[in-house]
Amino acid sequence: MATREYSFYPGCSSQKGASSSNYLVSVETMCEELDIKLNTIPDWNCCSASIGYAGGGELPRLTLSARNIALSEEHNPDQEIVATCAACWLATKEAAERLHDDPDMLADANTALAEASLKLTNQTPIKHMAEVLVEDFGFDAIAAKVKKPLEGLKIAGYVGCQTNRPFGIAGESFENPKYLDKIVDALGADSVPDYEKKVQCCGGALAFSEPEKSQEMIKGILESAYDHGADMIVTPCPVCQMNVEVYQGQINETHGTKFDMPVLYYSQLMSVAFGRSAKDAALNGQVVKAKQLEEIAGK
Amino acid sequence: MSDLNTNMIEKYRNSFLNEVEANVEEGEWVKMCMQCGVCSGSCPLGNAWDHPPQELFMMIRAGKREEVLSSDSMWMCTSCYNCIVRCPREVPITHIMHGLAHYAKRLGMQPKEQPTAKFAQLFWDNLMKKGRVNELKLGVDLYFKVGEGMKTAMKNKDIGMAMWKAKRMNPMEFFGGHAVKDLGGLQKAIKKAEELEAARLEKHKA
Repeated sequence: MATREYSFYPGCSSQKGASSSNYLVSVETMCEELDIKLNTIPDWNCCSASIGYAGGGELPRLTLSARNIALSEEHNPDQEIVATCAACWLATKEAAERLHDDPDMLADANTALAEASLKLTNQTPIKHMAEVLVEDFGFDAIAAKVKKPLEGLKIAGYVGCQTNRPFGIAGESFENPKYLDKIVDALGADSVPDYEKKVQCCGGALAFSEPEKSQEMIKGILESAYDHGADMIVTPCPVCQMNVEVYQGQINETHGTKFDMPVLYYSQLMSVAFGRSAKDAALNGQVVKAKQLEEIAGK
Repeated sequence: MSDLNTNMIEKYRNSFLNEVEANVEEGEWVKMCMQCGVCSGSCPLGNAWDHPPQELFMMIRAGKREEVLSSDSMWMCTSCYNCIVRCPREVPITHIMHGLAHYAKRLGMQPKEQPTAKFAQLFWDNLMKKGRVNELKLGVDLYFKVGEGMKTAMKNKDIGMAMWKAKRMNPMEFFGGHAVKDLGGLQKAIKKAEELEAARLEKHKA
């Protein structure tokens, strides 16, 4: 199969020294194995996620995403935009949709972009990496790449919110999406199809401003994974990953629990299953170490 | 319908609903709410809202301007989009919540100590400085401007250390950090967008 190329929007949290830098490392490894070339959008900016709205009005926020799409159209023409971060994908896709439906807003966004000598034509499809895997490759193609099956691992697929709603992956339901379980199965591990917290909210950005309320929800996400006998959780979203992984200590202190559950990205599982090292899979970026995965990678 | 009729209808229409339709993101959808309550039942933080979305929509239609805009409620939105995908009328509820929150903030009517209102503003200010979020500075702001300062910082110090060890937090970000190259262009574009939006709102001044 020929190399597939995409225009890549990595997002703030994936940068060196940032909270999901381990996601980017493992995505790069995964893409090498799948013969995907990611052409980073030059000089991309923050999308303002779903929390910039206090200071940022509708048009300024749409303009942020419009700049990224315009840069992509100029520098990576005819390439679909791919984001790995749920919030980046959502904000960009939402902006493209809103500007498509509202010609006045598009005209205003272009007036604003002209200040930076940019113009948006807004014809570019915007995908999440999960869509690339499911739609452009498929589960069989993923399974065909597996060199080290993740045998004996039980992995709860935590899809979360923004990779799933309001757009989601075509053909999947909002209430019970199955693609993440199918990826887990394709890699030779056991999925947890009846993981009832798979689309439960982790609090998102409110994990920072409303920690008690959010940690209640995170506790449920972890508890349910334990109840199903999962060894680890896998997710496609940087905020889900961080929230469910790093607050386990605080939740243990508050609730007297003993959570110690690794939370991985699908790209880390795939990197290991495709035969790459623990370092290439960025397992050193775990706060809760994924020892079983390290063992498989070290074999 | 004759002009006279239209004028009479306009006279009886509630002015706060008009204001929301004109000035709040996706506000024109408020009248479509049929009060079924699915949004309120679907909200992960539903129990933390004084007025769940369905109630806010009815309050807007009842003209309760002060109560709606000074409410803590829409700041409880986690942007999970459950309400949007479940609403039988396809009302873009999440966006309206963001829009109401922004409009309240713009008018200075938001509850002053609301943590998410403060954090959401800090997030915007942070990203506008360099065009990309500086997570380290955002974290410091979170502890000292939203939380209880050193107490909050100490409570979270283990997480900070763990993130630093995992190379997912870089103390050097404090002295600069990641930035877009054409920062001037980006800032000019956003300033223009803000001017255009302000002009649009001026037309429907509250």
